[in-house]
Amino acid sequence: MNYAYNVSHLLAGLMLVASFALLYQDRIFAVLNTFAAQAMLLAMSVGWEGWSQGRPNLYITAAIALILKGIVIPVALHRMIVRLGIHRDVEQVLNVGKTLLIGLALTALSLLLVLKVTAAAQNFTREGLALALAIILLGLLMMITRRNAVTQIVGFMSLENGLILAATGARGMPLVVEVSVAFSVLIALFVFAVFVFRIRERFDSVDIDALEQVRGDRK
Amino acid sequence: MSPEMATPLLAAIIGAIAIYGLAALLAGAIGGRALALVYPTAIAGAALAAGGDLAALVGQSDAMLQLPMGLPATGLHLRLDGLSAFFGLIVNVGVLAAAIYGLGLDREHGLNPRVEPFFALFAAAMNLVLIAADAFSFLFSWELMSLASWALVVARHDDADNRHAGHVYLVMAAMGTTALLFVFGGLAGIAGNYSFAAMREAHPSVTVVALVLTGTIVGAGSKAGLVPLHAWLPLAHPAAPSHVSALMSGVMTKVAIYGMIRIVFDLLGAPSWWWSLPFLLLGAASAVMGLLYAVLDRDLKRMLAYSTVENVGIISVGLGLALAFKSSGLDAAAAVATSAALLHSLNHSWFKSLLFLGAGAVLHGTGRRDFDGLGGLIHRLPVTAALWLVGVMSIAALPPFNGFVSEWLLFQAVLAGPQFPYPILRFLSPAVGAMLALAAALAAACFVRAYGTVFLGRPRSPAAAVAREANRPQLAAMGLLAVLCLFGGLFSVFTIALIQPLLVQYAGMPMASAGAGPTFFSLVAISAARSTYDAPIIALFLIVSGTVTTMAVHRLAARRTRRSAAWDCGFPDASPATQYTASSFAQPLRRVYGTAMFGSSERVDMPEPGDLRPARLDVRFVDYVWQGLHAAPAGMVLSLSEWLNRLQFLSIRRYLMLMFSALIVLLLIAAVWF
Amino acid sequence: MGNTLILLVGQGIQMFLVILVAPAVTGIVRRVKARFMRRRGSPIAQPYRDLLKLLRKEAVVAGNASWLFRAAPYAILAFTWVAAALVPTFASGLMFNWAADAVALVALLGAARAILALAGMDVGTSFGGIGASREMMIATLAEPAMLLVLLTMALTAHTTRLPEIADYFIGAPITVRVSLALALAALTMVALAENARIPVDNPATHLELTMVHEAMVLEYSGRHLAVIELAAQLKLVLYISLIASLFLPFGMAPATAGVVAWIAGAATYLAKLVFAAVLLGVWEVSIAKMRIFRVSEFLGGAFVFAFLAILLAFLTGEVTR
Repeated sequence: MNYAYNVSHLLAGLMLVASFALLYQDRIFAVLNTFAAQAMLLAMSVGWEGWSQGRPNLYITAAIALILKGIVIPVALHRMIVRLGIHRDVEQVLNVGKTLLIGLALTALSLLLVLKVTAAAQNFTREGLALALAIILLGLLMMITRRNAVTQIVGFMSLENGLILAATGARGMPLVVEVSVAFSVLIALFVFAVFVFRIRERFDSVDIDALEQVRGDRK
Repeated sequence: MSPEMATPLLAAIIGAIAIYGLAALLAGAIGGRALALVYPTAIAGAALAAGGDLAALVGQSDAMLQLPMGLPATGLHLRLDGLSAFFGLIVNVGVLAAAIYGLGLDREHGLNPRVEPFFALFAAAMNLVLIAADAFSFLFSWELMSLASWALVVARHDDADNRHAGHVYLVMAAMGTTALLFVFGGLAGIAGNYSFAAMREAHPSVTVVALVLTGTIVGAGSKAGLVPLHAWLPLAHPAAPSHVSALMSGVMTKVAIYGMIRIVFDLLGAPSWWWSLPFLLLGAASAVMGLLYAVLDRDLKRMLAYSTVENVGIISVGLGLALAFKSSGLDAAAAVATSAALLHSLNHSWFKSLLFLGAGAVLHGTGRRDFDGLGGLIHRLPVTAALWLVGVMSIAALPPFNGFVSEWLLFQAVLAGPQFPYPILRFLSPAVGAMLALAAALAAACFVRAYGTVFLGRPRSPAAAVAREANRPQLAAMGLLAVLCLFGGLFSVFTIALIQPLLVQYAGMPMASAGAGPTFFSLVAISAARSTYDAPIIALFLIVSGTVTTMAVHRLAARRTRRSAAWDCGFPDASPATQYTASSFAQPLRRVYGTAMFGSSERVDMPEPGDLRPARLDVRFVDYVWQGLHAAPAGMVLSLSEWLNRLQFLSIRRYLMLMFSALIVLLLIAAVWF
Repeated sequence: MGNTLILLVGQGIQMFLVILVAPAVTGIVRRVKARFMRRRGSPIAQPYRDLLKLLRKEAVVAGNASWLFRAAPYAILAFTWVAAALVPTFASGLMFNWAADAVALVALLGAARAILALAGMDVGTSFGGIGASREMMIATLAEPAMLLVLLTMALTAHTTRLPEIADYFIGAPITVRVSLALALAALTMVALAENARIPVDNPATHLELTMVHEAMVLEYSGRHLAVIELAAQLKLVLYISLIASLFLPFGMAPATAGVVAWIAGAATYLAKLVFAAVLLGVWEVSIAKMRIFRVSEFLGGAFVFAFLAILLAFLTGEVTR
């Protein structure tokens, strides 16, 4: 039970809690705030790993996470929402209770799986991986349970948070890859943004089910 | 200890079976006046058999008898060991109470030639199942038990609902017996020796074990009422006369539990951890589903039958945990889980019989058993109301009554779950524990609702307003069971002491004996430093603090009491129809749990202003289990092809979901495989 | 034998301590709320005066109320009081602390709740039914979360007996545990729901369609109402003590430590009560009450927290094994 382990456990655990909070929230600004909080936790977690493992290149990852995902993306999304005028409740496909229960089951599954598969690996890595996989699955779950395009973007970004957490724990990812991942996330945001505005222009709504109307083959 | 010494006890049981059988024969053949003999004779038989069972349990005797009847080369094996004696005690105390209640029927309502002979036959058959020690006699008496109870279900065959219930029951019973046939086939193996003693020696392969487990779940589980094989139970149990319902719900389900324990714990040999999975999963599902059905039901007796599904689920979880702990080498925890299952079998037989007999008293007193026609009976049936309250407190697992003792033991077993060496079990145990806690809270809600609508409030029908109290024998039967419920709650060390030999045999270790805790009556789970519960002390505390408060308040406070109209926020309503009904009580629960479990939906039909027709609220439910298991197989192929066709036309989100599900399935496979 | 006597005396002191401070805790909560709303508020001793006033008044009982209605207040108080006497407060390991472990404690409170709900239905008014039905629904949501919290504690401390859990945490080295923080959050949410506090129920309301606890006790008056009110105040103290003994056991005296240690323990305990009451007051003025059907989401959140707590505790256990 050493100190380094305690802190990284705390930060990663709080990230998981933030993922659940994302699933639970149904107000769009609260979703954004929670997401920003998760990104900041990620930055702290990555920074802590950099300090405790003595790998300064992780500070850059932390800085990217903090600036890009903790500040830039939430602010951008915030503006987008205001411009689109959709700051109302998020509609959900499944109800909150069921979503949370599924989320719990997914978390249990990922813990079970990672602990089983990586029995030989070093302990801190295993825990980081287990929590990261849970965060990734919860991000995916968020993407499929939300109808609103903006919250789907948040789900995707939160998934990506999990990926970065996994990469930090695994000690494998070179800096170039990290920078390019960050860059591609930014690109994805732009694509999403353009996409959302186009949907909005066409259908007066960002409910992605509105897209169904374009397809002629549905009865 | 030796078989010779104990033979008198086995002879007592056989004698009791003969008494039951004789009563059935006489009443069936002569009818008329002979019907009146059934209940006194059954009381004598039940007392004899219960005494024999108790003596066998206390003396730890084990008696065997082989008769040259039955299958050639196998013969007829009878055996009275600890397990048989314990469940025999459950059966015969239940029969005793039901027969005392029957005396009261005789006095007031006359007898029915379609009921009394089969009542005695039913009692005989249940006893026979317990002492059968070879596959043939077991199956024969099992089938006899099914048929006797079936005859009781269709005793009032002029009602179409009862005929339907009888039909469903017969089909399910036949299916169950068939499944058990496969079980014993598998256990006997190629050698084909059908005595239990030979089966114990065999070491079946994994495939055979899987077959036997499946067969046991289908065969004994359907008789006990495990979800999803429970469909017959809420139909058949209420259809029978109330004292027979008490036997079917309180006692016959325990005979089915006995079958499970006999096959899985005794005949099948040392368990592997995965044997526990079906018991845990189906048990937890039964516990929650049974109560959700019960809390939404509008019929008093059907509600009780659904609650039996819950209790069987609890027992099954206990058995599953016992298997899991046993296979993990955690014998102390296995003893706790096993004793939870056994004690809950005993306790449930007492309080469920009590509740069914009380429902019978309500039915006789008012002629109604629907919640919407009852109410305020605490004024008309004061003794029944007080005794039923004991049953309610027991079944809702509230201290200091007996239901809580077994729940406490079960929760202690769940709390030992983190010690499992198998990760899947370790992760499963909190989920199962949460389901059990949900079931316990739902049970409290369900029975507060039942008691509140039946006995409290104001009468909802003229019949309820002029109801009559039950007669003496009926009250005596309920009183006996209520006393047992309180006794089992306060002095559980004695019931634990009774089952200690069984725990040694099936869990590998006894519970901490009386006196291991702080006082002689302390119940100790695993170790005294870990968990203790002391019901007599709690009861003493309750009495003292209750008396102190009452005396203090009456000494210090104003003692004036004025009777007046109800306040009700200034809008006292004259009509009893404005009370909360059972359905309105259940509405929040329906909103919270019903949509997920039953796809319940509400539709309000509000007339336009000026339109004089009444507004209507329609609530719809879908019973997925009934549809899935009983209605669907026919249309399954068709819908499957339809469904596959739909895959061609999905939305982006749905395609994403498909990919996501595929990922999860792969991960699951990886989790199981590696 | 001398030890037994001391333990017995300590147990007696605790029984009367909890019931004596209970109205004051409620008084503090009300006072804090009033101050935050820029009102002067009633004095902290007001709940005592209310109880005495109620005791002096005659009891008006509905014409068709049964014996259950009149006996219920005393039974409710007895169950709550016994439960409150068994939670470690100023000293751990008193005479009868072993009589009920955490599971039995939950069941004792469940019994008090069931009797209250039955009493609410006795007169046969619509308000009584509404309260009873909602109370039982809330309980079905709270109990699974509660059990999972207990499981987390039992997993960490290897016992379900509250004094032993408290002793374990007093003795254990301080570590940052997300699982315990989550368990604390879950238990707090359950406690808010069980004590009919905002956001689940509003203790200050009367005559509102959203009320739960008040709806059940609507028909009570005079001494009966006084006893029920006292039981509700006692329950609040009980939950605060429970949370304190599980998560903030520091300062609790060992049972046989002597009078000075007991006084120190009692002082810390009272300080904890005041702190919790102030916190509760601040919480209640800063948040709005939920619609009744949002409660399932609120307590569902508690359930998720508690389950996550267990999963993380498993993870820690597995990783540091």
